[in-house]
Amino acid sequence: MKNPYLRAVWAVFRKDLAAEFRSRELIPAMLVFAVLVVLIFYFALELDVKARTAITAGALWVTFSFAGTLGLNRTMSAEKDQGCLDGLLLAPLDRSAIYFGKFFSNLAFMLIVEVIVIPAYSLLYNINLFNRGLLLVTLLGSVGYVAVGVLLASMSVQTRTRDVLLPVLLFPLVLPVIVAAVKASGGFLAADAFTEISPWLNLLLVYDIIFLAAAFMVFDYVVEE
Amino acid sequence: MIEVTKLVKRFGAKTILRGLNFTVQPGEFVALLGPNGAGKTTFLRILASLSRPSLGVVRIAGYNLPAQAAAVRRRLGVVSHQPLLYGDLTAAENLAFYADLYDLPQPARRIEEVLRLVGLANRHRDLVRTFSRGMQQRLAIARAVLHNPEVMLFDEPYTGLDQDASEMLDTVLKNVATQGPHAVVMTSHDLARAENLATRFDVLSRGQIVASATPAQLGSNNLLTFYKQALEKAA
Repeated sequence: MKNPYLRAVWAVFRKDLAAEFRSRELIPAMLVFAVLVVLIFYFALELDVKARTAITAGALWVTFSFAGTLGLNRTMSAEKDQGCLDGLLLAPLDRSAIYFGKFFSNLAFMLIVEVIVIPAYSLLYNINLFNRGLLLVTLLGSVGYVAVGVLLASMSVQTRTRDVLLPVLLFPLVLPVIVAAVKASGGFLAADAFTEISPWLNLLLVYDIIFLAAAFMVFDYVVEE
Repeated sequence: MIEVTKLVKRFGAKTILRGLNFTVQPGEFVALLGPNGAGKTTFLRILASLSRPSLGVVRIAGYNLPAQAAAVRRRLGVVSHQPLLYGDLTAAENLAFYADLYDLPQPARRIEEVLRLVGLANRHRDLVRTFSRGMQQRLAIARAVLHNPEVMLFDEPYTGLDQDASEMLDTVLKNVATQGPHAVVMTSHDLARAENLATRFDVLSRGQIVASATPAQLGSNNLLTFYKQALEKAA
């Protein structure tokens, strides 16, 4: 890759994936957590088939959000613990390249978990989730979630209460993504008309673009003392 | 090479550095001494562009901080008491990662060179988490010199090292300092090692440089006497 900026983004992404596939700390933890949440919903709503069908979209996004927070917290604290965040910040490049490297690696972790959780959920609840619309919503929702999450995790990792602080900061800010993703997912599962779903898809798309652009502009200030 | 004028750093209501003036010429190895809480690490973090000055002028290799931070970082090598390395990557993978971040041409050759310089050429395929603290610190030095920096900053590099590892680090630091016209700034509580390596000793107390001397100016006094006298005067 000739462009130094893209080369740095790729280097951070590749490094995160290589470290994860060697240590196997993050994805298994996210996965176990996600499957447990799905199982808890399953047993809690076992007797009520109608309710189970109605809450599918909500249950899925609660699962993704909780598992995603776990991943975001871990991936940034791993950088902080060995002082590696300083190592990244010492590199002579536009620091937003670090943000985008982290964004893509966290997105990859979240998508891997989702690719496993969606079939598991389909099997348990006997609902067909292999719907192109739902998969598009999952992608757009994950992009928005991770875009905000990486930015906030970079801030919260500098504090002593980082494990508690990240969800407290993240969930209010990411609420529009969750609401839009739940509404759009529910719409696709209920086979609603596309005109009813498209406002939610537009909201997801705009949110993703705004927060990626905002992170590109402010990441340098967020990570500097 | 390094020019700092009237540097002030505040964290909220607390002032850490109070109008600090400091210069380092090419080829100088400055040992920055001082008690805990004097502001040594804060000062080094400002020089490393990891922290913004509240007031004052900081110029490194002709570039201003924080305005030209990326240009400064290209000319800086930093070693702290933490290795800034990834335990789940091998020594060579860690260096290759940093080579990508620094956009180095021919990274493989340079990685081989620096691994030889710190005596880890035969361990390049081992995971860093299997390294001893001393080996990690040697690899941290390899990471810091990978891009041939003009200015080296060492923040307590001997922390946590045993006697053998410290002696090995002495040799590595001497090798690094003599490779090219580096300016080196090192903070340390180990006065004996600082006396052995540095060409100038500056004492930092309460956010200011309160005394400065070269080995020749120490005369019959040893560094410990000079250091104690400097702190007594400043108190």
